[in-house]
Amino acid sequence: MLNEKTLKAIRNLEKDYPDKRSLVMGALWAAQRCGSGVLTKEDLESIAERLDISPVEVQAAATFYTMYNVLEPVGRYHIQVCHNIPCNLLDAEQIVAQVEKSLGIKNGETTADGKFSLTTVECLGSCGTAPMMQINDEYYENLTADKVDQILESLE
Amino acid sequence: MEPILLKNVGRPDSHRLEHYVQSGGYRGIQNALKLKRDTIIQMMKDSGLRGRGGAGFSTGLKWSFIPKDPNLDKYLACNADESEPGTFKDRVIIEHDPHLLIEGIMIASYAIGAATAYIYIRGEYEFGARRLEQAIEEACANGYLGRRIFGSDHNLDVIVHRGAGAYICGEETALLESLEGLRAQPRFRPPFPALAGLYGKPTVINNVETLACVPSILDRGPEWFAAIGPQKSPGPKLFGVSGHVKKPGVYELSMDVTLRELIFDHCGGMRDHRAFKAVIPGGASAPMMPAADLDTPLDFESIAAKGSMLGSAGVIVMDESTCMVKTAFVINRFFSHESCGKCTPCRDGTPWISQILKRIENGQGREGDVELLESLCTGIFGRCFCALGDAAVMALRGALTHFGEEFAYHIAHKKCAVTN
Repeated sequence: MLNEKTLKAIRNLEKDYPDKRSLVMGALWAAQRCGSGVLTKEDLESIAERLDISPVEVQAAATFYTMYNVLEPVGRYHIQVCHNIPCNLLDAEQIVAQVEKSLGIKNGETTADGKFSLTTVECLGSCGTAPMMQINDEYYENLTADKVDQILESLE
Repeated sequence: MEPILLKNVGRPDSHRLEHYVQSGGYRGIQNALKLKRDTIIQMMKDSGLRGRGGAGFSTGLKWSFIPKDPNLDKYLACNADESEPGTFKDRVIIEHDPHLLIEGIMIASYAIGAATAYIYIRGEYEFGARRLEQAIEEACANGYLGRRIFGSDHNLDVIVHRGAGAYICGEETALLESLEGLRAQPRFRPPFPALAGLYGKPTVINNVETLACVPSILDRGPEWFAAIGPQKSPGPKLFGVSGHVKKPGVYELSMDVTLRELIFDHCGGMRDHRAFKAVIPGGASAPMMPAADLDTPLDFESIAAKGSMLGSAGVIVMDESTCMVKTAFVINRFFSHESCGKCTPCRDGTPWISQILKRIENGQGREGDVELLESLCTGIFGRCFCALGDAAVMALRGALTHFGEEFAYHIAHKKCAVTN
């Protein structure tokens, strides 16, 4: 079920678009951010009902875009290391290896306590400050292996 | 040259309305509102401004395709989906001078008669999206946006729409699909967005940097703009330089700057005393260029004449330690990941290429693999719905053309000639 905060956020979007279907992305964002961080089947159905479209249409949109966590939970801190060419040239692989070593997980995994998830991602538009990673909404740039450890330790 | 797009960047609170106004901001829109719409479009044509998103199409001409019927709803969509690998220029404007973009949007919307503008920003730029929302709020609170702008009869709402991780949304018709709440798969053209775009209404889609050029044209005149840099590629241009240079970053220059000047003068040359090997001049889609091409000016035609493209002007610099098989693999992995799945050559061809490049890189390449790659390129290029498949092919062909011997060495010796 969508919580009150999500419903309010969706209502606020209504004035922005002439067609309710356009609210899909904003509604998915609201449900993910204001809820548990995961989009459940119930969330998708509930969004569909609000927007007068079928659940499969919401699911079709939700599963197209990589930033929506559909059915699959991620850690409280979602570490996304850019591995595209500008970061790769400045040894992004070493950054990925350092996160894996420090947290004892592999790319694509979540720590047993549910605190951290690690994913390699495509270009995040921070190529002048490569190598870089994004943790939740924050960018961390000009990384070194030492810096990675300091950042991970600072997250509570 | 005098900074135009980056003139406020680095100043304290450069993102605030009062600072933008103090530095001469929102003069362009006030000039525009006194002019007829056709006059503004003619000024844009006279300025010679070409789209900064990648295609380099005349902005004035694009605006002129919008029907003049005042009873027809029209839309402006600002493409802030900056996702081309190596490109990070629009983010600087969005985060540090959002009012420059908003003023450009206001002028463009007025010129085409749009009362609603959407800024489609990639979901990862959450900080930038919030900056834009704050700037829009400030502009509304001060009467710069909303009803009867500056006492005119023009109304405008600007809405920030967040993407959620899909490179294809930078393709303009995929962007429109996404705005409508659908999977972002490109549309068939015609009809072109100028006639039937967002919700089937006439729509202009412009890149952030393109729109950021507009206020200065209205403030200082099209002749002033046209006089900056080369005749066919005038105006200020942002170059995002990354990779093996001493001083990577976003540089604002005219387009007569050569690759050599950009890399060795502005960016301080190569890191770690290594020699230059190759450069990708316009984001990962653009074919790489070897050292022999370093004296090429960074304008649309000169780069195209060397078999590459200026694209998004994301300049990725590689030194002698770079393995081109690995580079080709990393770039193709990206296109394979971002293929939207709509058409077969791209959906099935790009992962196939990745698979072959990966095995060559891992020392398991087979005789005939280069020929297989070339035949896949032929099967994809020009046979896809949009430019994504073509981009994957262009990038790979660039590597094969200039560094084919590295692929051959990898296959014959089961190891890298560069890193071993």
